[in-house]
Amino acid sequence: MLFFNHFGRYLMMLKGMFTRPENMRMYWKELMHQCVEIGIGSLGIVVIISVFMGAVSAVQTSYQLVSPLIPASTIAQIVRDTVILEFAPTVVCIVLAGVIGSKIASELGNMRVSEQIDALEIMGINTKSYLIMPKIVACLLTIPLLVVISMVLGILGGRLAGVATGILSADTYDMGLLMNFLPYNVFFALVKAYTFAFIISTIPSYYGYFVKGGALEIGRSSTKSVVVSCVMILFADYILAALLLND
Amino acid sequence: MIEFKNIRKSFGEKVVLDDVSHIMETGKANLIIGQSGSGKTVLQKCLVGLFEPNAGEIIYDGVSFTDMTVDERKELRQQIGMLFQGSALFDSMTVEQNIMFPLDMFTTKTFSAKLKRVNEVLDRVNLEGVNKKFPAELSGGMKKRVGIARAVVLNPKYLFCDEPNSGLDPQTSMVIDKLILDITREFNMTTVINTHDMNSVMEMGENIIYLYEGKKEWTGNKKDIIFSKNKLLNEFIFASEFLQDAKDMRMLEAKGKISDDRDMDELLK
Repeated sequence: MLFFNHFGRYLMMLKGMFTRPENMRMYWKELMHQCVEIGIGSLGIVVIISVFMGAVSAVQTSYQLVSPLIPASTIAQIVRDTVILEFAPTVVCIVLAGVIGSKIASELGNMRVSEQIDALEIMGINTKSYLIMPKIVACLLTIPLLVVISMVLGILGGRLAGVATGILSADTYDMGLLMNFLPYNVFFALVKAYTFAFIISTIPSYYGYFVKGGALEIGRSSTKSVVVSCVMILFADYILAALLLND
Repeated sequence: MIEFKNIRKSFGEKVVLDDVSHIMETGKANLIIGQSGSGKTVLQKCLVGLFEPNAGEIIYDGVSFTDMTVDERKELRQQIGMLFQGSALFDSMTVEQNIMFPLDMFTTKTFSAKLKRVNEVLDRVNLEGVNKKFPAELSGGMKKRVGIARAVVLNPKYLFCDEPNSGLDPQTSMVIDKLILDITREFNMTTVINTHDMNSVMEMGENIIYLYEGKKEWTGNKKDIIFSKNKLLNEFIFASEFLQDAKDMRMLEAKGKISDDRDMDELLK
């Protein structure tokens, strides 16, 4: 019953965002601000995670490939596909759910508790539209870009680690990258990225916007929003894989 | 003028406002007083539309707020200014940006015109040189004054103040009260103030409604309070022996039994 209560309120929140903006210029300004906060603000962690994910997957794949019959270039193929299919969209988005999700939930929660949302409502501003919509759009614009950056850096990380540890040469790695490449995998990864971006922005917005109480409740709702977002990402990951990768 | 009739609001089983009616007059400081939990804030939030009453009608200058569409309410709200208990300033913005925000959102003025208006209202609330400061760098009294400046920047017809003196020392409270009263008269606004500060009641109470457990218990002005025989009101207003003595003195003054221009220094010798 509680689930339906939350889900209904979540849908009503999303529906409430769609009204005529009071001032388009101010909404655009807020959108750009959120793009910088969410996109540029998360770039550092995405770069670090991606490079190391790619590097570790190259070393660990090599460790598991003991048969001399399998060419070294296979390592590059495995790194490429795991990074594109899973590491870049899913793992990076789970990390972003923590980074961006807690930020969104605590920002909105603090605004709610300190009556800043009420102040905006009194001014005649649709707060769902002005505060939540730019965050969702900013996530939908920047997170897929971050995922693409993560794919590139993950593959480069694998190349760096492969060459640095002497597992394979740069030429072999590059040759492996070009073998049996399926562009559909990139499409699949982007579908996941857009889905996860929606989850990462809307669930924390819901928990932050409807928070009641004080500082303790803001902390709780922030944690809860990250946990629920992560679970929803994993659930959506499975559903998308089952729908889009099953022949 | 804001009129509300038979307002009823409950949260679940708990009835917070029960059949409350009153008229808030234009150009006056209209006070809603009562103990904590008596329903003052809920009544004010019903009046501005942050809460929807379960029953009753709210009328702004002859137009029913209750029957308004969402868009009509949004339009009316641009004529409403509100000072919140905790000031509700946007933390990430400077004082200047906070006050300029309603102008940015609802006007097409140039930046220099908006800045001129911001400086005008800051000057009106006696705050200068704080334009670039953030709310965290201001004292409680300064935050309230910035809150007032933001509330009146669009020249609203209606001003709502929720506990404007909470957390302030008596002297700063008097400054804020005087400022609200002056602004109300200067711009002929309908001002509605929630308070349980007795200095405010005696300073500004031109039209007072006393709520007790969600019901209208008494109504009058600051002079009527002195002579009121309402037991609940007297217990609330003159809670301490000191205030009871002050009331007795005022009554004796009013009845001409002691001089109201008596020389206390002479009497204390």
